[in-house]
Amino acid sequence: MKFTVDWLKDHLDTKKNDNELIEKLTDVGLEVESFDNLSSDLESFKVAKIINAEKHPNADRLRICDVDIGEKNTVKVVCGAPNAKKNLLTVYAGPGSIIPKNNMKLTVSKIRGVTSYGMLCSDSELNLSQESEGITELKSSHYSDKIGKNFFKNNTKKVVDLSITPNRPDCLGVRGVARDLAAAGAGKLKKISLKDIKKNGSQKIKVSITKDKNQGCTVFGSCLIEGVSNRESPQWLKEKIVSLGQKPISAIVDITNYVMLDLNRPLHAYDADKIDNEIIVRNSKKGETFKALDNKEYKLDDDMCVISDNSGVLGLGGIIGGTRSGTEINTKNILLESAYFLPRSIRKTSKLLNIDTDAKFRFERGIDPQSIEIGLTKAAQLISEICGGKISKFDIQKTAKHEKNKIKFNISLFEKITGFKVKDKEVIEILTDLGFEISRKKFELDLKIPTWRPDITQPIDIVEEIVRIKGYINIETLEPEKTRIKDTLNKQQKLFHFLQRSVASKGYFETVTWSFTDSKINTLFKENLKEIKIVNPISSDLDVLRNSIFSNLSFYLKKNLDRGFKDISLFEIGPIFKDRKPGQQLTVIGAIKSGKISRLNWKEKERLVDVFDVKKDVIQTLVEAGYDKQSFFIRDKSPSYYHPGKAGSVYLDKDDIEPVAYFGEIHPNIIKKLDIKTEGLVGFEIYLDHLKDNKIKLKDQKSNFEYSDYQKSERDFAFVVDKNYKAQDLIEIISSVDKNLIRSIKIFDVYEGENIPNDKKSIALNVTIQSSQKTLEESDLEKINKLIISTVESKSGAKIRS
Amino acid sequence: MSDIKKIKDEYLNKLDTDLNIESVNQIKTELFGKNGQISNSFKTLGSLQTDERKKFASELNSIKDELQEKINFKLHEIEIKEINSKLENEKVDVTLPEREINQGKIHPVSQVIDEISSIFSEIGFSVEEGPDIENEHYNFTALNTPDNHPARDMHDTFYLDDNKELLLRTHTSPVQVRTMLNGKPPFKIIAPGRTYRSDSDQTHSPMFHQVEGLHIDKNINMGHLKGCLNYFIKSFFEVDKIKMRFRPSHFPFTEPSAEVDIGYELKDGKIVIGEGDKWLEILGCGMVHPNVLKNVKVNPEEYQGYAFGIGIDRLGMLKYGINDLRAFFETDYRWLNHFGFDPLDVPSNYRGLSR
Repeated sequence: MKFTVDWLKDHLDTKKNDNELIEKLTDVGLEVESFDNLSSDLESFKVAKIINAEKHPNADRLRICDVDIGEKNTVKVVCGAPNAKKNLLTVYAGPGSIIPKNNMKLTVSKIRGVTSYGMLCSDSELNLSQESEGITELKSSHYSDKIGKNFFKNNTKKVVDLSITPNRPDCLGVRGVARDLAAAGAGKLKKISLKDIKKNGSQKIKVSITKDKNQGCTVFGSCLIEGVSNRESPQWLKEKIVSLGQKPISAIVDITNYVMLDLNRPLHAYDADKIDNEIIVRNSKKGETFKALDNKEYKLDDDMCVISDNSGVLGLGGIIGGTRSGTEINTKNILLESAYFLPRSIRKTSKLLNIDTDAKFRFERGIDPQSIEIGLTKAAQLISEICGGKISKFDIQKTAKHEKNKIKFNISLFEKITGFKVKDKEVIEILTDLGFEISRKKFELDLKIPTWRPDITQPIDIVEEIVRIKGYINIETLEPEKTRIKDTLNKQQKLFHFLQRSVASKGYFETVTWSFTDSKINTLFKENLKEIKIVNPISSDLDVLRNSIFSNLSFYLKKNLDRGFKDISLFEIGPIFKDRKPGQQLTVIGAIKSGKISRLNWKEKERLVDVFDVKKDVIQTLVEAGYDKQSFFIRDKSPSYYHPGKAGSVYLDKDDIEPVAYFGEIHPNIIKKLDIKTEGLVGFEIYLDHLKDNKIKLKDQKSNFEYSDYQKSERDFAFVVDKNYKAQDLIEIISSVDKNLIRSIKIFDVYEGENIPNDKKSIALNVTIQSSQKTLEESDLEKINKLIISTVESKSGAKIRS
Repeated sequence: MSDIKKIKDEYLNKLDTDLNIESVNQIKTELFGKNGQISNSFKTLGSLQTDERKKFASELNSIKDELQEKINFKLHEIEIKEINSKLENEKVDVTLPEREINQGKIHPVSQVIDEISSIFSEIGFSVEEGPDIENEHYNFTALNTPDNHPARDMHDTFYLDDNKELLLRTHTSPVQVRTMLNGKPPFKIIAPGRTYRSDSDQTHSPMFHQVEGLHIDKNINMGHLKGCLNYFIKSFFEVDKIKMRFRPSHFPFTEPSAEVDIGYELKDGKIVIGEGDKWLEILGCGMVHPNVLKNVKVNPEEYQGYAFGIGIDRLGMLKYGINDLRAFFETDYRWLNHFGFDPLDVPSNYRGLSR
């Protein structure tokens, strides 16, 4: 919403300066986007006088003009206009100027061998009219003492650009803005001055609003203006239109636009001679078509609100008119429309047809239904003033009454909501200034709501009106009270924050990536989850919600590898999606690690990352989160994007159905498919939702402190087992031999090769044995040794290695 | 008698010279060996008179102790010397690099969320969450934004079905709805999380983070809202004073509504929060609209309160001097390393928000 301060002052009698007005606008909730000179571009257009004009030596049609631009020296301009003659007053644009018509920037240039400094402009180049024949001719009576001055003098006035929230359609007109400012004490709202216009005869074109279901039009006002001569707008009107960055078209169009911008009252002008007999406001039928003023052909659906005549659709009510009945410069008779269309109907139709116009924007938010006549009056008056013509009586067709809504407002609600008090008298003043009609009953006000405020429907809206006009600055700043209703974080949230930092502490960089991803990558990781398409993705390679965190991680890993990094550890904690309904998501940590450990290290031997690196990280993270490592169970099953032989899953307990984590090398086929150039790539995932809350509270854990001071002994064993035999099973068998005595088991060697059969491997373990009751004798130790060997051999088919 | 004194002096002198272990052991043998001089002297004891024997024995013992002590001292001294000279040869270049530790990092968004949670925890808020996928009802309708409301156009919504029923939440406000529907007032929550709008340029990204705040009780008014936000902003930016401006605005789900600006100035091209005469919009807030309360079965006659929504990424950018929003989500290893936080830097009330 743009306007000049001058225009505002058409409605507001104020002594405030520009900056005070701008501040007030902000204070009442009309956000000032900018307050600038419309465009300093226009300041480079100067009134100039041609001192001398000679024929160009190399071109018959060009002239070389010496131009007085109010400076010490004249400038030379090459000009092609036939009217560029000595002593002509015209408009000069210097190098660097931007021509309004085509946005071309002028430079100093040679034209047929003669250097031209700038340009003399035509009306059309200045967007003043369509007239392109010759350069602008300025009347010497008016301009002879203005040589060197800015031509667009009014445009150097500052333009206010407001960002109007959708609840305030009334402020889409300058008058609405002025009303708010007046209420806030920035001046007085002027009365709209309308001269009496003579209305002769009835409006001859019959208008009817059909009683269709969901009819989108409730009031259709019109008047006929006969015998106009449409023309260019007068300077004051052109300047108003130009000051808003719009293009003047013709007086009739400019006047309807002006009334719309001024009063937020959209109008439409038809060429009355092109209307076939009568106007019928009705619902459209599927398949009807019409060509709109944007030069597009629209195919209509059922039940759109159209303005039609006997030949068909003329326009979409409140959205856009049609070319068939549009006014032109030679239009003689005009039918002026001022109507009310229902916001819901406007919104539905414009969405379906994807049309966005100024009128649509306004009707969608709600136009004052009682502004029908004032709109017609103001426009008709201007048209008859500028274009002449005979104005008919107004014809107002109505299918609904739009009376003022009423609210009862209890003044005490204001203090209850805002925490401060305003005197009743002031409340009444503010509301009166905003256009409310008030009758007071003790503490209650009976309010009639102005029809231009469709946003006000209940008492809380009144509170807002008073507090914004009074000023938010009056609201006290109360110290926050520290009462707590419940714990800051619940268990799952604590787990989230703990795991996040736990993984990061193992050398991984946390990243945050989109919740959506490229379906082509996602499909590599989605397993049996459903693909969830976004109907309107931001781009075709972010077209699905992610089923796994790995798709984005691997995508960005590749980007970093392409930047020349090799050893990268990344993780993300966030949602993955199982299906498209709210809540069908899981919180997952995904982590990947590429390259080598100890690359280029003087001390350590470098090696590729491997499955045991990520296994370490995953297990340690779970242990740090408080889960008991003794009961963890590892299976060699993992999703298909892991290496089938070098990956596994972690269960908190052997009997659990769902794993809490996966870890392993990423499948080489995926690395190849994604063209990830790395020597090694491993990863893990932890499913937070599968981590059940089996933590023993620290206070309970700490209380059972037991230890043994008796001598402990260590014994080494080496068992030869089948190659596929799992170390985890071996450890379980040994620890089950005597849970009281066997304190720890460590695997210190795994060997395949010489002296071991091909299908076997040797696992060497160190077992710590300690009693909590006594020092074990050699014979006790011997006994348990034998028991370990015999139990392992019988349960696993292993043989002790001698 | 004088003999043993002589022996003593002779050997003490000897032991003062520079000796190696072998020669000390040699001396030991010469004195205390089977035929050592001291051993032999003890043998003569038997032939002496009682009185004399006692005296001599006493002297002899003291000489023996003295010599033995000296020998032990000498041996210890040599040992130390040998160890020292051995260590001298073991010297390494300690300026060589230490063994590697891979330092991980916490993303700025996570750090800022933790900071925010910590601040609001101090004044009694708890953290709630909601799903990223929402239905149209929770995201819009329940929040007083019916189907035909133009405010819906202001949210460029990602939809998951053609009926526009399922969508990615455009703000964290649906968590208000879920929280209130699932509980009983009073409510005092914040809800940080991911939000989505189909918008992408320098200052917009299709995914971003918001934190929602909601405080509903019997007498919570706009003064409490102002106080809460004033406290939060001051704590978050770790400044003593903050310039704040409440501007009337419009959100369908609050009324009266406000946008909040904070004062700042540019110093050497950097934004300094809290001073200066420039304004920066940082959040939207207001009193929860009675229609919203009705929609979630809370009686607006009895309960009232405020809600606010803050862009987390933007707060982080302002606090930590990050210029480009999109860089947050581009996983540039260098960026993560530079702007990331040490995982041990957990923001907390007692340790302070940040180092």
